[in-house]
Amino acid sequence: MAFLYALPGAVAEGLIWGLMAIGVYISYKILDIADLTVDGSICTGACVCAVLLGAGVPAWLSILIAFAAGALAGVVTGLLHTALGIPSILAGILTQLMLYSVNLLILGGKSLVAIDPRANQLLLHMSNNPGAILSAGIIVAVVIAVLYLFFYTEVGLTLKSTGDNPDMSRAQGVNVKFNQVLGLGIANGIVALAGALLAQYKGSANINDGRGAIVIGLAAIFIGLSVSMKIKPNFVVSLIGVIGGGIVYYIVYNFVILLGLKTDYLKMLSAIIVALFLAVPYLQEEYFSKPKVPHPHGAASGKGDDGHA
Amino acid sequence: MLKITDLHKTFNPGTINEKTALDGLNLHLKDGDFVTVIGGNGAGKSTLQNAIAGVWKPDYGTIEIDGVDVTHMPEHQRAAFLGRVFQDPMKGTAPDMEIVENLAIAARRGKKRKLVWGVRKAEREEYKRLLETLDLGLENRLTTKVGLLSGGQRQALTLLMASMNKPKLLMLDEHTAALDPKTAAKVLEITDRIVTENKLTTLMITHNMKDAIAHGNRLIMMYDGHIVVDVEGEEKKKLTVEDLLNMFVQASGKEFASDRAILS
Ligand SMILES: Nc1ncnc2c1ncn2[C@@H]1O[C@H](COP(=O)(O)OP(=O)(O)OP(=O)(O)O)[C@@H](O)[C@H]1O
Ligand SMILES: [Mg+2]
Repeated sequence: MAFLYALPGAVAEGLIWGLMAIGVYISYKILDIADLTVDGSICTGACVCAVLLGAGVPAWLSILIAFAAGALAGVVTGLLHTALGIPSILAGILTQLMLYSVNLLILGGKSLVAIDPRANQLLLHMSNNPGAILSAGIIVAVVIAVLYLFFYTEVGLTLKSTGDNPDMSRAQGVNVKFNQVLGLGIANGIVALAGALLAQYKGSANINDGRGAIVIGLAAIFIGLSVSMKIKPNFVVSLIGVIGGGIVYYIVYNFVILLGLKTDYLKMLSAIIVALFLAVPYLQEEYFSKPKVPHPHGAASGKGDDGHA
Repeated sequence: MLKITDLHKTFNPGTINEKTALDGLNLHLKDGDFVTVIGGNGAGKSTLQNAIAGVWKPDYGTIEIDGVDVTHMPEHQRAAFLGRVFQDPMKGTAPDMEIVENLAIAARRGKKRKLVWGVRKAEREEYKRLLETLDLGLENRLTTKVGLLSGGQRQALTLLMASMNKPKLLMLDEHTAALDPKTAAKVLEITDRIVTENKLTTLMITHNMKDAIAHGNRLIMMYDGHIVVDVEGEEKKKLTVEDLLNMFVQASGKEFASDRAILS
């Protein structure tokens, strides 16, 4: 009974996290970059939105500006990687660290800024879950529609090919570095947009918001794709699957909380879920695939010493 | 068309892995030349193709394509002049994308890409006709993901993509080496047809001396980072595998190291 009661909230919040996971999908799945900027840029979105709302900026404008702020963070990571040659994982970590200071600056040195739902016309708030589901649903639908259109344009196709095969892309005249910067910008813009919606929904922005967001995003992606790839492996179905993955994640999350587990311990659960999804293909390959022709020691074909003893 | 002057490239300089892969290479291709390139393992053939493509910058020397000095031009800009097929069949196509999408990306090589529909309706028909010429049944699988194709099919598709927009120079790096003999012969036949029909200036690296003799109007042999044999026209037509082996011994003072080239 209590679970059913919590369901609408879980769906609303799941939609928002699903949106964030779409941002992660763009960097991780399309660009093939594990981008850790996300943990910072989701918080940036929340901070920017909360502060702008406090200054009387309309809610719709504040989420657009949050998008722009997140996009800028993504561009910084992209430039660290492409222009300065820093490995992408490290570039993301560096930006994430920078964002902690930036976010604190945005919040004016405070660790929490509350949003007054009565003073602002919010797009969504936890006091009205059906309304929040509707608003979040509409925004998610718009984002998916725009991404669908974009990724089938001339530019969008090359963004896909950049992640799929950078050698082929360069040979076909695609500026791979530019595309990585552009893609990371779009990805983190969407993540920050989700952060802004989350701040409105919860009625506050906290400097610690978004810690572990990348893991939640990956969990949503794996859950979603495990279903959507079986239905129809195309772009839109995948994105819808990712949203679904976010919702499923939050329903499970709420269920586990109701069982009495503290939220702080849930991070362990999320990490285990993601680790399992990442490990399964490897384990299948390594332990459960049909035995291959045994190769003599030392002559292993290009796969010899990658470090698992 | 292509003018390479005194090209040098040393990998890992100053380390124990130091390797001079290009050592003062000069090459001048005329418009419409179809040149086959042979040479033992590590002679620098792929390195030559990579230098022309701009994968990295040479240490010394210049590369001109059709009068434009491209020595310092980034790889993706140079691609406007070039069509490239890699030694590795996996490298030339995007596996997670459809056949049409791969073709559409190639069709826009060297053009400004805009925020307009990436594959137009009319293009599909065009690509269908183009794929028919390969005679591999791909014309009925336009929306198939390229990753599901065989190595030979992917290599043929890459060849088609590389020849789109009539590149000033078509570069093929042992593009049939990874294929079974029957598919290899077929892809070579397609290569000949595409090159002649479009009158493409072509550089075709091969390990197979017979192929090197049978195709093109000019043959060069590389050894140790430069060109040691360069024959064309009637003289090339009369070449035999034995001639080539003798030339190799003369130029290098060694036996030709690769059995792969002599067999087959
Ligand atoms: N990126 C690189 N880094 C270090 N060394 C390289 C690199 N590319 C090529 N080499 C070295 O340069 C030399 C020439 O290599 P290259 O690939 O051009 O030979 P090749 O003539 O194409 O040989 P094959 O017939 O085996 O393909 C080799 O000794 C190779 O190890
Ligand atoms: Mg080679």
